[in-house]
Amino acid sequence: MEPTYFNEMYQNGGVRSPYRHLENWTAEMPAELRSLKQAEAEALFRRIGITFAVYGEGGDPDRLIPFDMFPRVFTAAEWARLERGIKQRARALNAFLVDVYGRGEIVRAGRIPARLVYQNEAYEKAVAGFVPPRGVYSHIVGIDLVRTGPDEFFVLEDNCRTPSGVSYMLENREIMMRMFPALFRENRIQPVDRYPELLRRTLQSVAPAKCDREPVVVILTPGHFNSAYYEHSFLADLMGVELVEGQDLFVEGEFVYMRTTEGPKKVDVIYRRIDDAFLDPLCFRPDSALGVPGLMDVYRSGGVTICSAPGAGVADDKAIYTFVPEMIRFYLGETPILQNVPTWQCGKPEDLKHVLAHLGELVVKEVHGSGGYGMLVGPRSTQEQIARFAERILADPANYIAQPTLALSTVPTFVEEGIAPRHVDLRPYCLVGERVELVPGGLTRVALKEGSLVVNSSQGGGVKDTWVLAE
Amino acid sequence: MILTVLHLTTYRYETPVRGVVQSHRLTPSQFDGQKTLSWRVEVEGGQRGGGFRDGAGDWVQGYSVRGPVSELVVRVAGEVETFDLAGMLKGHRETVPPEAYLRETAATRPDAALAELGREASAGARDPLDAAHRISAAVAEAIAYAPGATHAHTTAAEALAQGEGVCQDHAHALIAAARAQGTPARYVSGYLMADVAELPHEAAHAWAELHIAGLGWVGFDAANRCCPDGRFIRLGSGFDARDAAPIRGIARGPGSESLDVTVAIQAVQQ
Amino acid sequence: MLSRTADNLYWITRYMERAETMARLLDVGGRMALLPSTGEGFHSEWESLLQASGTAEGFARKYGDPVQRNIESYFFFDLDNPSSIASCITRARENARIVRGALTTQVWDTLNGAFQEIRALERRPRSELDLSSLTDWTMRHSALLRGAIDGTQLRKDGWDFLKLGYYLERADNTARLIDVKYYVLLPGVEFVGSGLDNYQWTTLLRAMSAQRAFHWAYGGEISARKIAHFLILNIQSPRSLRSSVEGMTEHLDRLARGYQRSSAAQSKSRALLAELAELEVKDIFDEGLHEFLTRFIGEVAALATLIHDTYLSGDQA
Repeated sequence: MEPTYFNEMYQNGGVRSPYRHLENWTAEMPAELRSLKQAEAEALFRRIGITFAVYGEGGDPDRLIPFDMFPRVFTAAEWARLERGIKQRARALNAFLVDVYGRGEIVRAGRIPARLVYQNEAYEKAVAGFVPPRGVYSHIVGIDLVRTGPDEFFVLEDNCRTPSGVSYMLENREIMMRMFPALFRENRIQPVDRYPELLRRTLQSVAPAKCDREPVVVILTPGHFNSAYYEHSFLADLMGVELVEGQDLFVEGEFVYMRTTEGPKKVDVIYRRIDDAFLDPLCFRPDSALGVPGLMDVYRSGGVTICSAPGAGVADDKAIYTFVPEMIRFYLGETPILQNVPTWQCGKPEDLKHVLAHLGELVVKEVHGSGGYGMLVGPRSTQEQIARFAERILADPANYIAQPTLALSTVPTFVEEGIAPRHVDLRPYCLVGERVELVPGGLTRVALKEGSLVVNSSQGGGVKDTWVLAE
Repeated sequence: MILTVLHLTTYRYETPVRGVVQSHRLTPSQFDGQKTLSWRVEVEGGQRGGGFRDGAGDWVQGYSVRGPVSELVVRVAGEVETFDLAGMLKGHRETVPPEAYLRETAATRPDAALAELGREASAGARDPLDAAHRISAAVAEAIAYAPGATHAHTTAAEALAQGEGVCQDHAHALIAAARAQGTPARYVSGYLMADVAELPHEAAHAWAELHIAGLGWVGFDAANRCCPDGRFIRLGSGFDARDAAPIRGIARGPGSESLDVTVAIQAVQQ
Repeated sequence: MLSRTADNLYWITRYMERAETMARLLDVGGRMALLPSTGEGFHSEWESLLQASGTAEGFARKYGDPVQRNIESYFFFDLDNPSSIASCITRARENARIVRGALTTQVWDTLNGAFQEIRALERRPRSELDLSSLTDWTMRHSALLRGAIDGTQLRKDGWDFLKLGYYLERADNTARLIDVKYYVLLPGVEFVGSGLDNYQWTTLLRAMSAQRAFHWAYGGEISARKIAHFLILNIQSPRSLRSSVEGMTEHLDRLARGYQRSSAAQSKSRALLAELAELEVKDIFDEGLHEFLTRFIGEVAALATLIHDTYLSGDQA
């Protein structure tokens, strides 16, 4: 039986309050105007060159992610609760990171198994014993959320390394404001354009102790062949900082410098968009040409700050995810505001038994997978597909987790036939530095295929502007 | 015992390079088994970079040299008083928990033969310490000391299959076999004063440490069929040889480099 | 700015100037091919053109005999030829993409447009494309880009690096074209002053879009000395060596002022300009035109190295 989905606009035959102005808007928009506007939006996206795959999904770098003009709307009250929950989670994740690279109290207390932390691929021995400035490891925490009811939100996963997609949040808004200024007059929508400024301030606030002036921030990109290069240059531009590659930086003495036409210029904070393994060939992969030799020594001796800190990934592993509510209780002494999705670890025999018996109802994912690949959506799979996936799980149970199929909420979406409900998720971007900040908005991804629950752009997903209304 | 060390590493660059960056783990560990009386690391024309004690308790020191560089000498000289603790690493402070050293690396990945060696050797052992001694002995039996038979990138599995190797191979094989048995193990680099004729003469030396419940980290030198004693100076540790290398460095520029290392360790007459 | 950014800007314009020179060479070749063959020294004018552009070997390996259609393909479309117009534009556009943020929308659109068009041209049947339409196309896009740069880029260091690339490449290319005219194109010394000689000069002038300007400035018969003066020393001639060096000096001076630090590149450029300002045609011919040009090309290369070391490599102290 198909579950019933929470429609964010229509409930009980009426329109929910945050969407009330949108009903007229669509009613008054003839089909021709709509397709004209849609074409205009696409042309704008192409022109600015925002053609990259979100969330490291790879694929054609010139592919445009479909933009749906129908916005997704939250009330101020709804957002206030989300904001508290997101910030709480971001603080707990950072407390966890400081702990596991320090004394490991949470492991000693028996709340998280040592194996999951210390034998984790993402645990970096190289940063053990180090507390980064202000005790922050993950400065930009992307938390993927889904909604299943008026007050029901679940966290799907945390992204503590370098969550991407924030340029969509900003560009989607920019384009909506350009195309439908009237909408922004009727609805009191909280702005998101402070994000680059907040990001810059966040990064500057974690400058190392040895920095005695206005901190110089750079963004470190793997280069223009990277699928997220557009986002890197976009953010650098909006923040007014240099976009550098590894070859632009070098270590001399206790500091890191960038090569400029006016000579070496000291760098204090590096917002890196490359993986740990490539940061420093002296410390990590010796064959990396993307990094900066000697960077880790400068980092650990307090000459530069790397954001996110190397090793931050140990907090966003799918196996660690299960323990985030525990972290919130352990470090903050608070009750988790946002729920985790109930998760079965196939590595545990009793969980594995349950999973294998209920494959038809569950979503099964690889622990380290991303982009919606290597997963099984039970209710949408054939018996044969389920049987084949069961074999894969049995071959390496510890590599899989399972979750119930969530009844993802829907938002009206422009489709060929007119307007129809489509499933959505949400990724807000929480900034952690001297303060914990969250701009009112995020990236809403939408599954454009009818009935689909997979919002990944590589599998037919699109994006929407996300509104948070003022009080 | 008081040991003096003189360790010279000379890099020669075919074409002068534009700069060199190095990361050193060249300072004696701080633990009850050794007391540093004097110690100096000099890099000709180099600028001292950041230094810090890492999570494994080792002192790491960065250096950079501005180009053009055609020759670079790293000179280590000092005096260390050592005490025989039967291989135990007493009084060593570190943050990284032993569990972290169960992770395998390319050089220490156990193949079936290594796992089998570990299993067979430890079968019937009285306790974990006994098992560790037995695995170390088995590695010494299985890999004959033969300089030149292996190279810097030989893996534990390859060395075992070949049946020959040097201290690096012994240490890698021991680590791999121990980890396969669920015993945390790591690679240690340091110096050895080898004045006994039948011992292999490798002054720049490496061995393994295994974590034994109740005792902590204990050193095993399979190459010399012993545990580290007063003749050993410990510098630092890592998952494998690369991770524990005393000098890691990169030169910026094309062309090949050649390396020349001399180490002299002597006991001070008392 | 980042040294790598400056480097990319500088190479955008070097590649675009090079593309333009290639188009000019193609034009020269096309006109000379209309001449009755001299039958001496060279298989054909096309052969000498390949020699002139330094691409003879690569061409021979790929196509064998120099037939006009193949030459056109090789000079215009062939990505295996690093100096082909398509190669130059592709690389210029790639450099621009890397430093997209340092360029105005107009500059980017112009370059990106040229790149997209050349891909479209490639798909068209070659029979629809005659030589002059291809060379005209190149000149037009080159001019558009130059206009977009001058009209829209902020007058900051980035602009100076863009301009430096143009002037440096032009100084080098003009010197090579003159040299090629005398020492490659002409079958033998006995042809100096001959009808062929004069025809070649005229063609060269026309290829450099300078025929009218030349007649305005000098009038009368074409002579080697007049041409040498026009292409080397005349400050009114936009492609002359002196104008090119003047351009380089101006932008190196601006950079030194902006960065409040004089540079070896600036001194070198100034010295070269001073020498050209003092020079008379007689001096050049006394030294020997070829010898002079060879020396000049060497000086420009040395200047390029200094610019690289000072600003583009990021290695200076």
